[in-house]
Amino acid sequence: MELGPFLNELWIVRYILLEGLWRTVSISLLAIVAGSLLGVLVGLALTYGALPLRWLMRGYTDFIRGTPVLVLVLASYYMLSTIGLQLNPFEAGVLALAVFCSSHVGEMLRGALQAIPRGQTEAAKVIGLTFHQAFIYVLAPQAIRHVLPTWVNTAAEMVKASTLLSIIGVGELLLTTQEIISRTFMSLPFYFFAGALYFVVNYGIERFGKYVERRTTIPS
Amino acid sequence: MTKLLEIRDLHKRYGATEVLKGVDCDMAKGDVVCVIGSSGSGKTTMLRCINMLEEFQGGTIRINDEEIGYETVGGMRRRKREREIARQRLLTGMAFQQFNLFPHLTALDNVTLGLIKVKKLSRAEARTIAERWLERVGLLARKDHYPGQLSGGQQQRVAIARAIAMNPLLMLFDEVTSALDPELVNEVLQVIKDLARDGMSMLIVTHEMRFAYEVANRVIFMNQGRIGEEGDPREMFVTPKTERLAEFLKTSTFR
Repeated sequence: MELGPFLNELWIVRYILLEGLWRTVSISLLAIVAGSLLGVLVGLALTYGALPLRWLMRGYTDFIRGTPVLVLVLASYYMLSTIGLQLNPFEAGVLALAVFCSSHVGEMLRGALQAIPRGQTEAAKVIGLTFHQAFIYVLAPQAIRHVLPTWVNTAAEMVKASTLLSIIGVGELLLTTQEIISRTFMSLPFYFFAGALYFVVNYGIERFGKYVERRTTIPS
Repeated sequence: MTKLLEIRDLHKRYGATEVLKGVDCDMAKGDVVCVIGSSGSGKTTMLRCINMLEEFQGGTIRINDEEIGYETVGGMRRRKREREIARQRLLTGMAFQQFNLFPHLTALDNVTLGLIKVKKLSRAEARTIAERWLERVGLLARKDHYPGQLSGGQQQRVAIARAIAMNPLLMLFDEVTSALDPELVNEVLQVIKDLARDGMSMLIVTHEMRFAYEVANRVIFMNQGRIGEEGDPREMFVTPKTERLAEFLKTSTFR
């Protein structure tokens, strides 16, 4: 295979590809941020909520985690419109990914909070901290450290899952690549190039995670 | 003179199992009381009722004539509000068997947390108090170490400093040397002895008989959820009145 023609085509479509990459990054970012915020609420409800709320949230996380992300994406785009909620493909896709992300973050946070020995809460109580204060100053800092590595993993999963939005016509990196290929017939180099871009994004996320982990490790 | 601690007919159940079957206990200011007894006799549970780490179903606990944990409204006994209980917990300080230091905070920050967030002291004031107590337990030089960087004995001394810095009326010690390697036990017991010399009121659950003998002005022997015997350690340990205590002392090691 000649490299020249590919580089030539690549130069021609550089802005289109960049736009696709940017859309992938923004979809992922929005899904991770919204999903994590929602996930914190889910995790708190799972851990400290009154029993009915806990059951509800357990049902939510089990249901979402047991559903393929592609199904969530399709449901969010096609089903919500039937109940009058008109979302464009981008919004519907971000919503689906955020919901998916929230169920994972919620479950991670619950696990992390419950893994903290009971003695920590008791020690916080006996120095007079209220539950609220104990959570903020004692439990949360420990839970967050515990969750961090898995959370970074989830973030990388979101980037990969964003490719599923190509199915409902969101012009993210994969769909953009496919469109370019259908015009140039250079499937191998362009798929390879897209794969490399995904790798760079996820590798960056992973390095960032390692860095934060190093910074927050408790010396021992 | 009002009593510092007054426990009357304390009953505590876990489901169908009654672990405290009517315990009475009085302490005056400056008293050092050691609670001994075999495991499962209810000594730790009694301690944990005093600061409401455990709920109890019957009886009253008073500290400085203030009823702890429950109030009677219109003939109905009910738990006090969480905020009120949090305030009452400040009447006592507690050191645990497992230290329970906050692993993400340095020794100094472990001690200052309560001073800043609960007592609302400024950072500088809290630091001064914390450093004074860390010096008292011999760990000022390690104030910036995290719990994971300290030995068990050092962690326990920080935990004691954390409790005492809050200036409680009564210190509760729950088997504070049971999780320690034998060679680390003495440094912790020495800290408690020093506090006793200062006149700190303390209620100490312990398996260290020699320590109880030396430090306590009164010993309570608990047996199957009741107080089996109590009195001056010099008499109790030498001439136990009950057979149960005699048996218990025989199986205990004085070291």
